Amino acid sequence: MSEELYKEMAQSIIDGDSDISAELARKAVELKIHPLEAITNGFVVGVTYIGDQFGKGDAFLPELVMAGEAMKAAIAVLEPELLKLGESREMLGRVVLATVEGDIHEIGKTLVGTMLSASGFEVIDLGVDQPADKIIGKALEVNANLIGMSALLTTTMVRQREVIEELDKEGLRPRIKVMVGGAPITKDWVDKIKADGYSEDAIGAVKVAKELVGKA
Amino acid sequence: MSSKNIKTISNPKLKLEVLTQDDVRKIHEATLQIIEKVGVRFPSKRALEIWQAAGADVDHEKKIVRVKPHIIEEAIKKAPPAYKLAARDPQQDLQLDGNHVNLGTDGCGVEILDINTGVKRTSCLQDVRDIARVADATEEVAFHWVSLSAQDTPVEARGLHELKAVWENSTKHVQTESVYNVEEAKAAIEMAALLAGGRDKLRERPVLSLMQCTAPPLGHDGGSLDAALLAAEVGIPTGFMTMAACATTGPITLAGDLAVGNAEVIAATALLQIAYPGAPVFYAAAQTASDLRNGSYTGGGPEDFLFGAATNILADFYNIPLSMGAFATGAKEPNWQAGLEGALSSFMASVVMSDMLLGCGFLHGSRIWSFAEMMMDCEIFSIVHKMMEGIVVNDETLAMEAIAAVGPGGHYLGQKHTRKHMRELFMPQFMDRRPYSEWETKKDDARDWALAKARKTLKEHQPDPLDAQLSKEFDRIIKSVEKK
Repeated sequence: MSEELYKEMAQSIIDGDSDISAELARKAVELKIHPLEAITNGFVVGVTYIGDQFGKGDAFLPELVMAGEAMKAAIAVLEPELLKLGESREMLGRVVLATVEGDIHEIGKTLVGTMLSASGFEVIDLGVDQPADKIIGKALEVNANLIGMSALLTTTMVRQREVIEELDKEGLRPRIKVMVGGAPITKDWVDKIKADGYSEDAIGAVKVAKELVGKA
Repeated sequence: MSSKNIKTISNPKLKLEVLTQDDVRKIHEATLQIIEKVGVRFPSKRALEIWQAAGADVDHEKKIVRVKPHIIEEAIKKAPPAYKLAARDPQQDLQLDGNHVNLGTDGCGVEILDINTGVKRTSCLQDVRDIARVADATEEVAFHWVSLSAQDTPVEARGLHELKAVWENSTKHVQTESVYNVEEAKAAIEMAALLAGGRDKLRERPVLSLMQCTAPPLGHDGGSLDAALLAAEVGIPTGFMTMAACATTGPITLAGDLAVGNAEVIAATALLQIAYPGAPVFYAAAQTASDLRNGSYTGGGPEDFLFGAATNILADFYNIPLSMGAFATGAKEPNWQAGLEGALSSFMASVVMSDMLLGCGFLHGSRIWSFAEMMMDCEIFSIVHKMMEGIVVNDETLAMEAIAAVGPGGHYLGQKHTRKHMRELFMPQFMDRRPYSEWETKKDDARDWALAKARKTLKEHQPDPLDAQLSKEFDRIIKSVEKK
């Protein structure tokens, strides 16, 4: 019975269908299946499959994003049940994401958030136009081990340095690692501002984040 | 006709119809429906107030504006169909009249392959100067986009340092996409007015034009809107560029992507016309398809080429000039991909007579400047220019006398007719047509020759200098914007 259900769960992720994945999660709750088992034996199998297909070049980014969304929908149902049991999912790390102050471009950052949460990170996305104190304040509040910052403009990417300098001043690194991204971000820039990591795309960002939290 | 040492495409003999009138009508109707029902985000207090006064439905909290079609259509009708981009040297003024394709340099990148070492490094103010100087010398480049970000200058006045650098090193028209807030826009206008000889003169002779990027899907940047409104007020030509990308910032389908981008551009253009009826505006676009594997801006590929040919048909429908993105490439060095993408994108955008063609010089998705790439892009433009002249068929070109004189067998090398017309054939600068053995001894190619030409130009070309007093005034204006 549950074997069949696990298969359907995996398939809902592969199909990127958030309605069905949430419905299957509710079904698991009704059937008193342990939430962690539903996640591990069902939904994660789908995520892994899509990830493998993507790696082989047989799946594309929209499928990856939709799998991530479907996963999120299932987790949203199962997580409260897990908390009721006094348990929690083991996460790879907690990431605060933001587009820096003065910049409203967020597609890339949002994509990174989707990829990170689909890969087992807890993601707190502050949105766009975020000043250094907000970003750092949130990271401290939620005890994040990673900050991810995006900038699309050469005039706003300097804000990434401000956040890093502020973190250093407060002695918050290396406890909090920093990764940066955005179209104008180059390796030279990353070295210059002493960020811990960067990636040119969302897929690469997951790898970098895993390395930074020592879970590569 | 071309102005002083500038080669522009005009009186085209080739035609291409990528969209039918019915297609255009459908895209237009979809656009109006998007603006009316879905809305467009205008995160600027001033813009929202203008929309409110014009009778639009304004959501002040979300900063989303929904506008009835007749308001948009009436506003767009007020835009001038043709005007000129003035240059420091009036002989280099450019016509945006539907009958000229003017090539610009690309902008605003962040790295450069150093002209001497070939090593990739972060861009600086001197690069902006050097590129302006080389572009000033070429006949293909008709106007400048500010090419690279002057990352060694303070951010709050960077756009102004860049403008000064170009004006000091070239007499051609300057367009910037790097002035996108009120302070810098006011200062840039002051600089342009000084150069033109006063505010009234600036309206007659806009030596500066402004390009603002939209924030797709269906959004704008607040600073960009405020800067554009200031520019429109003083008659500085202003355009909004959409780069809606299939699958990420736009629908996956090309028609849907065109509609979303069109809604961004048309809504913002209508805003300028409502605020300042008759202000010179242009449509700007560089739509693309996102790469399905990494989501990146592709800059090239068949979708881009089709967008290049389709957008001028839309701009013509609204009867405003177009600035079209071309020459974009994902290539990391000047190679097969760069040549292919540059050739097809520039051809497709030129064949429909896009008024401005942007732009030569970049690699890696408009991030890395290469002087060799710039020169080779210029040659591609020259080839397109030649092709657009088409084939002239008349008694003279049918060459009946020469044909009779040569008869069967023989050759045409000794004919007066040949001598008379031989310079009409295209003479490439960077194509390898040498004997194999000659190549074998040197093993050089287009990239080497293009780079050598750029180096020679940079060394030898001295543009007409800018009045020293003006430079001083520019410094004063820039200082006033820089933080103390």
